[in-house]
Amino acid sequence: MFRNVAELVELAVSKNKKISEIMIEQEMNVTGRSREEVLAFMDRNLRVMEEAVERGIKGVKSHSGLTGGDAVLLQKYIEKGNFLSGKTILDAVSKAVATNEVNAAMGTICATPTAGSAGVVPGTLFAVREKLNPTREQMVEFLFTAGAFGFVVANNASISGAAGGCQAEVGSASGMAAAAIVEMAGGTPEQCAEAMAITLKNMLGLVCDPVAGLVEVPCVKRNAMGAANAMVAADMALAGITSRIPCDEVIDAMYKIGQSMPTALKETAQGGLAATPTGRELEAKIFGIPRV
Amino acid sequence: MKYRSVFDIIGPVMIGPSSSHTAGAARIGRVARSLFGREPKWANISLYGSFAKTYKGHGTDVAIIGGLLDFDTDDVRIINAIDIAKERGIKLRFIEEEAVTDHPNTARVIIGDDKGELELVGISIGGGKIEITELNGFELKLSGNHPAILVVHNDRFGAIASVSNVLAKYEINIGHMEVARKEKGKLALMTIEVDQNIENKILQELEELPNILKVTKIVD
Repeated sequence: MFRNVAELVELAVSKNKKISEIMIEQEMNVTGRSREEVLAFMDRNLRVMEEAVERGIKGVKSHSGLTGGDAVLLQKYIEKGNFLSGKTILDAVSKAVATNEVNAAMGTICATPTAGSAGVVPGTLFAVREKLNPTREQMVEFLFTAGAFGFVVANNASISGAAGGCQAEVGSASGMAAAAIVEMAGGTPEQCAEAMAITLKNMLGLVCDPVAGLVEVPCVKRNAMGAANAMVAADMALAGITSRIPCDEVIDAMYKIGQSMPTALKETAQGGLAATPTGRELEAKIFGIPRV
Repeated sequence: MKYRSVFDIIGPVMIGPSSSHTAGAARIGRVARSLFGREPKWANISLYGSFAKTYKGHGTDVAIIGGLLDFDTDDVRIINAIDIAKERGIKLRFIEEEAVTDHPNTARVIIGDDKGELELVGISIGGGKIEITELNGFELKLSGNHPAILVVHNDRFGAIASVSNVLAKYEINIGHMEVARKEKGKLALMTIEVDQNIENKILQELEELPNILKVTKIVD
């Protein structure tokens, strides 16, 4: 069983296997399930992700009315063709937003690694699909690769906003996505780890400050930026760029930052954007009573 | 290792918006329901830390009640769980606690009816994964992700061995086990997580052993 990214990469390199394959084999060992069962279970999760993207792209609205409809706006914008940053990135962003808008509307999603960060991995996956034309099996493998890196973060740091801030949620999700993109694009296990490190480095310190305690503002847009971050970091790693700080040390730094973060900035709706005048106003409007 | 399966990371499939505050909360409620063995008539839910501050926005309240109604994390009825519970005549009370707990997402669930009561403390550690830390005053550690049983027994020599012997006979492997007691020689509790599902006839056989008082399957 791998305990950190270094061991994960070492296993993949020494056995000449993909990260996804290492994760599949470990899952079989740990749970006693057959390969077919493990793959079928992940395929079901993939289907849930696909349905959430499709639903969000058509447009949803949350109960509070705070979020919804941005994925549609972005899709229309892409169709016009006058975008600046690039089609695949914007497609990833809109699909990440779509998923997280469905989540905010209490729709059915697959937590990756959490519900608040559920947009990034599927958002990038379904955007990259347009570019790389993967098989269904490769799409399932994408999720195992993402899962392998998330597994390391969850066991060595945290994936919960209440424990580690948004860096632990969207930060982890983005790192997981970046690594999975690299593998799908034909990168090496080492490059997967570099992509994860580069992504997470740039999400360190991200606080969890949900307005009115809802998983909407700024969560939906953080999923958007997490997807963009993952795409850029994946390209950087594929270009051969490496992180000066090894991936495991970045994860450890994230853990320590999370521990030293004040409670007001860890999913308590007491600080950050939640505590802005507008944040408080929205909270009062949604719940009828202001909570100080 | 707190997380053992990749599906703790890529999953669960669930109703939004928060894996820790909605899916995890639903699981805490469902474990309580499963232990209680029937639908309660009333429920007092104390919420601590982040749960207390943000439960309305995260649907933590509806999720815990959904769990008490035996709904899974991806059951869309969770959204209307409080209304459904009220229709069924269940009295609900939510308490926002100020006390600081070891984990920021902590809930204390006290449920009951005219026949009995149950008190349970659960924490939601992220990504929908939970641990049960206290049951009727007993401290325990239970992930909720493997088949598990609880055995209430008298604190006597041989009681633990007799239970593990029965499990061995049916080729059931113990993954995690804890024994807790309040006082030497009095009531004790075994928490046993296993790799295989335990059939009811095995539970019955366990219950018939000397000094074993109650055996409950808490996770299938």
